[in-house]
Amino acid sequence: MTDRLSGPALPARFERPPVLAFIGYVLGLALIAWCLAGAGFSLDKVMSSPPRFADFLSRAFPPNLSPDVLARLGWKMVETLQIAVAGAVLGVIVSLPVAMLAARGLIAGPAVNQAVRITLSFIRAVPDIAWALVFVVAVGLGPFAGMLAILVDTLGFCGRFFADDMEAADKGPAEALSATGARRIDIAACATIPAALPAFVSTSLFALEKAVRSSTILGLVGAGGIGIELKVGFDLFDYPTALTVILMIAVVVIAIEHLSGLARTRIIGEQR
Amino acid sequence: MPSGVPVPPVDIEAEGLTKQFGDTPIFSGVSFRLERGGAVALVGANGVGKSTLLRCIMGVIPLTEGRVALLGQDTGGLSAMAQRRLRARVGFVAQKHNLVPRLSVLSNVIHGLLGQRGGVRHWSQAMAPAASRQAALEALEAVGLAHLAQRRADRLSGGQSQRVAIARAIVAQPEVLFADEPCASLDPAAGEDVMDLFMRLARERTVTVVFTSHNIDHALRYGDRVLGLAGGALRLDATAGSLAPADLRGLYD
Ligand SMILES: Nc1ncnc2c1ncn2[C@@H]1O[C@H](COP(=O)(O)OP(=O)(O)OP(=O)(O)O)[C@@H](O)[C@H]1O
Ligand SMILES: [Mg+2]
Repeated sequence: MTDRLSGPALPARFERPPVLAFIGYVLGLALIAWCLAGAGFSLDKVMSSPPRFADFLSRAFPPNLSPDVLARLGWKMVETLQIAVAGAVLGVIVSLPVAMLAARGLIAGPAVNQAVRITLSFIRAVPDIAWALVFVVAVGLGPFAGMLAILVDTLGFCGRFFADDMEAADKGPAEALSATGARRIDIAACATIPAALPAFVSTSLFALEKAVRSSTILGLVGAGGIGIELKVGFDLFDYPTALTVILMIAVVVIAIEHLSGLARTRIIGEQR
Repeated sequence: MPSGVPVPPVDIEAEGLTKQFGDTPIFSGVSFRLERGGAVALVGANGVGKSTLLRCIMGVIPLTEGRVALLGQDTGGLSAMAQRRLRARVGFVAQKHNLVPRLSVLSNVIHGLLGQRGGVRHWSQAMAPAASRQAALEALEAVGLAHLAQRRADRLSGGQSQRVAIARAIVAQPEVLFADEPCASLDPAAGEDVMDLFMRLARERTVTVVFTSHNIDHALRYGDRVLGLAGGALRLDATAGSLAPADLRGLYD
């Protein structure tokens, strides 16, 4: 019983494709065609849309950059970011204990793991805009409803991925502490969470990016933020202002993604 | 008791230990008894199952068959609480060191006390009671690394992290110490220091030390007893004094 091998056989580069796989490809193509039909795909409309789109652009252009509009939209954008950051931070905080219950073999038994994971799937399955509608009913119009929607949305996302991060973390340190007779909660706090920390940071930054994108649209249903300006702009055919809103959202979302990328390399890169 | 002669207490009793990973047999029918105090060397070729045997005895991975009694307690069917109490009396140095990265060396060593003193205060050196910090520093001193207490565990050399893992295993003053290749990444001088430390624990504190090693010289010089694994079975179980290096080399063919 040694690891030394005589004349080792190289594994094949590719597995031979099974016959079933070919049938699978054909069925897959048929499925895509069926979906295009269901989505009302029409070449006619594709051909006729550029002129109409150009018409929208010509009426929207140039964007409304008057100082008072910019100031109003700017403040709305600040409120949007406040909703996003508050919701994402609270969501991340709530996610940690929930994820500990969802992670298999950490502190809770399989029944609890499964129940929590199913609940998190449900939370994710409900779109953020639907959560916003629910919270508008529950706490009234305004940014607080939006923040709660972001919080719940973040919980669905981070709860699941924090749990996956902890399950994927190196098991060695946890085994070493378990061998000293440490309790599960101590093992989680001392070995599993520190090992999963860089992954948590990365997941949380994604959650923040997601929260910023969601928060720009929550205003459509009256849950605060700049989305309301977009709706009003289109409803009143004030396309130049609507275009300003769109550009503003694009700039902020791209900036946040960039900043979060920088933060990710700084925090995780430094910890390697 | 059939006779009046005092029988030395048995610390480890293994009977018919068998382990398979899935369908792959690793070893079978391994039985031995180790009395309190003294050092036991476990030797055998790469991949023969030494680490697996140690982890099975500790109960961190399940046995396929067989029973183990540690410190007089059968490890099968213990309640979670009883299992933790038992493990708190045993120290383990894993072959892969398994330190917690990103935490300080001192915090890592303090974690060795979690079995005896669990709870938030032992999560980090910053919160730990003075007695625990002192104990951890003394354990670090014993392996010659007190000056690295503040260093992050993932910024250590291989040999340094090995010695921190040893400090973590001895900080709680275990009655049984398992060390999986404790000298594998140590230079010759540091290796001798660590083996001397183990010998002091075995002789002065009657700790039962079980170590694996690929160093035949270490196995014979520091082991009172030598167990040899080969071909999935225990092929050798003898006192070190009765063995010559050639007897051990036979295990590697
Ligand atoms: N978790 C696992 N799942 C499947 N096989 C495993 C697992 N862990 C170890 N093995 C296999 O079991 C065998 C014994 O491994 P083990 O680590 O116990 O060997 P060892 O005697 O300690 O070797 P070394 O001297 O290299 O440390 C090896 O063939 C290894 O590939
Ligand atoms: Mg090994």
